[in-house]
Amino acid sequence: MRVPVGWLAEYVDVPAGTTVEELDAAFVRLGLEVEEVHRPAEVTGPLVVGRVREIEELTGFKKPIRYCRVDVGEAEPRGIVCGARNFAVDDTVVVALPGAVLPGGFAIAARTTYDHVSDGMICSARELGTGEDHTGILVLGTGGEGPEPGADARSVVGLDDVVVELAVTPDRGYCLSMRGLAREVGTGLGVSWRDPGAAAAPAWSGEPAWEVTVADADRCDRFSMVALEGLDPAAPSPWWMRRRLAQSGIRSISLAVDVTNYVMLELGQPMHAFDRDAVRGPIVVRRAREGERLTTLDGSTRTLSDDDLLITDDTGPIGLAAVMGGASTEIGDGTRAVLLEAAHWEPTGVARTARRHRLPSEAARRFERGVDPEMTVAALARAAQLLAEYGGARVVGALVDVDTRGPRPSIALDADRPGRVAGVPYPPAQVVGLLEAVGCAVDADGDRLAVTPPSWRPDLTDPADLVEEVVRLAGYDDVPSVLPTAPPGRGLTETQRRRRAVGRALAEAGHVEAPSYPFVGVPALDALGLPDDDPRRRLLLVRNPLSEEEPALRTTLLPGLLATLARNLARGRRDVALFEHGAVFTGGARAAAPLPGVDARPDDDTLAALLGAVPEQPWHVAVALTGAREPRGWWGPGRPAGWADAVQAARLVAAAAGVQLFVRPGEQAPWHPGRCAELVVDDRVVGYAGELHPRVCAALDLPARTSAMELDVDALPPAAVPVGPRISTFPPVFLDLAFVVPDEITASHVESLVRGGAGELFEAVRLFDVYSGPPVPAGSRSLAWSLVLRAPDRTLTAEDVARVREGIVAVVEMQGITLRSGGA
Amino acid sequence: MSGANDPYDPKQVAALSAEALDAAVAAAREAFAAAADLEALAAVRPAHLGDRAPVPLARRELGALPPAARADAGKRVNAARVAVTEAFDARRAELEAERDARALAEERVDVTLPWDRSPRGARHPLTTLQERIADVFVGMGYEVADGPELEAEWFNFDALNIGRDHPARTMMDTFFVAPEDSGLVLRTHTSPVQARTLLSRTPPVYVVAPGRVYRTDELDATHTPVFHQVEGLAVDRGLTMAHLRGTLDHLARSLFGPEAVTRWRPSYFPFTEPSAEFDVWFPEHRDGPRWVEWGGCGMVNPRVLVACGVDPEEYSGFAFGVGIERALQFRSGVGDMRDIVEGDVRFTEAFGVEL
Repeated sequence: MRVPVGWLAEYVDVPAGTTVEELDAAFVRLGLEVEEVHRPAEVTGPLVVGRVREIEELTGFKKPIRYCRVDVGEAEPRGIVCGARNFAVDDTVVVALPGAVLPGGFAIAARTTYDHVSDGMICSARELGTGEDHTGILVLGTGGEGPEPGADARSVVGLDDVVVELAVTPDRGYCLSMRGLAREVGTGLGVSWRDPGAAAAPAWSGEPAWEVTVADADRCDRFSMVALEGLDPAAPSPWWMRRRLAQSGIRSISLAVDVTNYVMLELGQPMHAFDRDAVRGPIVVRRAREGERLTTLDGSTRTLSDDDLLITDDTGPIGLAAVMGGASTEIGDGTRAVLLEAAHWEPTGVARTARRHRLPSEAARRFERGVDPEMTVAALARAAQLLAEYGGARVVGALVDVDTRGPRPSIALDADRPGRVAGVPYPPAQVVGLLEAVGCAVDADGDRLAVTPPSWRPDLTDPADLVEEVVRLAGYDDVPSVLPTAPPGRGLTETQRRRRAVGRALAEAGHVEAPSYPFVGVPALDALGLPDDDPRRRLLLVRNPLSEEEPALRTTLLPGLLATLARNLARGRRDVALFEHGAVFTGGARAAAPLPGVDARPDDDTLAALLGAVPEQPWHVAVALTGAREPRGWWGPGRPAGWADAVQAARLVAAAAGVQLFVRPGEQAPWHPGRCAELVVDDRVVGYAGELHPRVCAALDLPARTSAMELDVDALPPAAVPVGPRISTFPPVFLDLAFVVPDEITASHVESLVRGGAGELFEAVRLFDVYSGPPVPAGSRSLAWSLVLRAPDRTLTAEDVARVREGIVAVVEMQGITLRSGGA
Repeated sequence: MSGANDPYDPKQVAALSAEALDAAVAAAREAFAAAADLEALAAVRPAHLGDRAPVPLARRELGALPPAARADAGKRVNAARVAVTEAFDARRAELEAERDARALAEERVDVTLPWDRSPRGARHPLTTLQERIADVFVGMGYEVADGPELEAEWFNFDALNIGRDHPARTMMDTFFVAPEDSGLVLRTHTSPVQARTLLSRTPPVYVVAPGRVYRTDELDATHTPVFHQVEGLAVDRGLTMAHLRGTLDHLARSLFGPEAVTRWRPSYFPFTEPSAEFDVWFPEHRDGPRWVEWGGCGMVNPRVLVACGVDPEEYSGFAFGVGIERALQFRSGVGDMRDIVEGDVRFTEAFGVEL
């Protein structure tokens, strides 16, 4: 809502000397967020009112040009060349004289153009910085009307006026008008103010102006109308009205339309003007029939729903109630008789229609937020007065006013309730006073108040709403600061602690966290080489995605993470180790979520259906690495990141989560089939790690050997409480064993055999060498292990060690593994 | 060689004379001092401390002295022996120290050489800031509640008193999920966790819910369609707006220093009544101390309590939500939202593992 401060000041006695900043602070205190303050454009030098005395049409140039003699209050008129044509002799205009500087540093000087000396410039609204209109010059009045020539034009065109742009919250529909703001600001500043809607309607008499039937009183509880005749269709809107419309961001169209818009801004009551001579027969307000059609003012033909409310005549629909008028009864160049309509429409129906037809009009915006139903007649009277004054129109017949409103209910409120909510002891008299300032009627019975909200505050329905009014007007600054005491909590849950531990472990191991947007498209999954039946292709689609390329929710973290990797590479980084953890979204068919009422807690079945309709969103963690895992330095060359780093990341995650990870060869897109580890916990596959498939690297333009890991953290079982080992103080024995192992037997398998074979003297084992090549036969490799053996109760003997060694050899030999060398 | 019964003849036992002994000690000292290293010192040792050195030889002559003179001469010899030994030990210690110092000097390294062989990682400041805020509340006894990012419309809107045709519902810029009747949205705020919490627990309830939320804004310097909030909810007997202010002031001080306080502006959220937006006084702002818009808050609307089965006559509550991106922007002086969301490691590395 754009508020010209000069307009507001007509109704509110803003104290002299009040600065824009003070006004800004007052708005904020009242809960009206100031989005922007538009200060008038800077114009320096002589800017005066002029009256056109003579017009000479110049010919022989590329376009028609006028040479005008303009009275600027001096002894002689000035000669000014002008390219616009929207003015006539005796029109009042704005003239920038030589020496003036217009917005944008546009300096005016006397100069020769089109063979004439132009001694100034006649200005358009855009040149003055007061509006966007540049279709012609700004005409302040015609036929000698308007301010006197020579007067300073600055205040006339609104250059002295500041426009404050407010963000009005949806509960405060009445603040979308000067009338509502006058009440708020007057109350907020504690100064006197006038209600522009308080004027009584004139006693129009005669036959009712038109026959009107309201067939849906639930959706329209008041419908008022007057008829006017004798409107001069050529009469322009007065300059001050156009100026205020421009300041408010509304384009000037014609007097009749401008007046309805002006009154809407002034009183908050949207109106509609019909060309009376185009209306056929009685007006009926009714629901549309499904499929009925209406061509609206914007020229588009709309197919209607039976939830849309219409204004109809004998020909059918002539207006989409509260949202937009119809083309067939539009005010045109020749309209001399109008029907002015002002009605009160039910907000949620308006909201549905506006949304259905994508017509978020100024009128719909106000009706959705609540319009004062008392204003229909006041608005008609105001509009009729303006059309009479500026367009020569006169009201014919009597007012039509179909009013089916019921009485407004009162709200019971304990006078101490605002104090109980705010923690501030407001005296009952203050509570009553503040509610009355809002416009409520308060009936006090001791401390029990019966509060009837004013007609313009449909948002006040509950005691809590009244509490807010009291606390807000008393001032939020009065609320003290008291820290409540919560009961003892249990701290973080195991899941929350685990997520933190996983992130910290990866970061401390050199990975940088890189959260990405969870939106994906099918091409990203194609690039990963996912097979057609891969569950990660079962996507949930967003109906209104930001990008058509990424319309779905991720089922895997890899597309986002690899894109971030590529972005870092594109920005010149060579060595990147990233991780991300977050939710992925499981697709697949699922029952729709119910939408139960809110008058009570949903029953258990409904609640279960609600919770069950929300897809699972398991928490995944992923890692991607490329370049050097360890950089080169003065110590020597770096170590490139590879499949093993990705698998190691999975081991770090498992360790941080307190679970035992088992790694075995796997095959899964997007990994290299020979360099993919399947990650298993408690016999359940929880993820994969390894080097990306060369085709994937190529498709994503990533360096060869880029490696990645992804794991479902939520699939990990709860961590067991760690058991403290008994620490033996007897000396250890170190035993090195090298085996010739067929290639198809994994190191992890051999290790488990070694552990098992070592029996109860086992303390630790570490693989310290992998070798293939002569003399190890082809198809096998040598794996060398270093064991630590220790007994809890004695020093080991040579016989003990020999027994362990024989035990291990016996176990591995059954698998076709032979001992290459080894001894303590 | 003098016999025991020989009469005293000073000439025969000249070796025991004070002059002779002093000369021997002086000679030894000179020789030791002249030794340039431990090897040279070892080489001159026999000449002064060996069996045939002057002082030991003189000692043997003691027997030749008459008993009356023996004690006196014995003292002189001993003193000479101690002096030579001490001179030797001192010189040896000196030379050893020199040798050690030389060896250590040779082992000198440039300790400023880098050793960043294991790269440092980092956690994203959005993560660590959410944790930090959660920890402030955990410290007060709150628990951390979680809710899904893909949420039922009912939790995101209806349960929060945002009716089906309410303007606030359309103003939320919601991402809707297919099919049209799925009843699912990407949550537009963390507030649905309020409803989930109240439906699954009985008061008193004190929870915070950090998490990711969505609005259909294009990414630019000040907007992102995917962002983070921390929601707070307390429902108990007798809670007032004063408790809400106390809680927010405490949070502000925990994050922005002891001078931080909050300021409220009346606002509107369907799920709180009264409602306010709040600013925080941030003395450390890079452009000077100032009020910074931070979040929204209010007393839980009794309608929300009713929808969640809590008796509003018995319990009251407060709720608040703060923007994490926003807090990060002003707390850490981040000018452009894109730096927060694009995952450039140079940005994240600046924040380390803890914030």
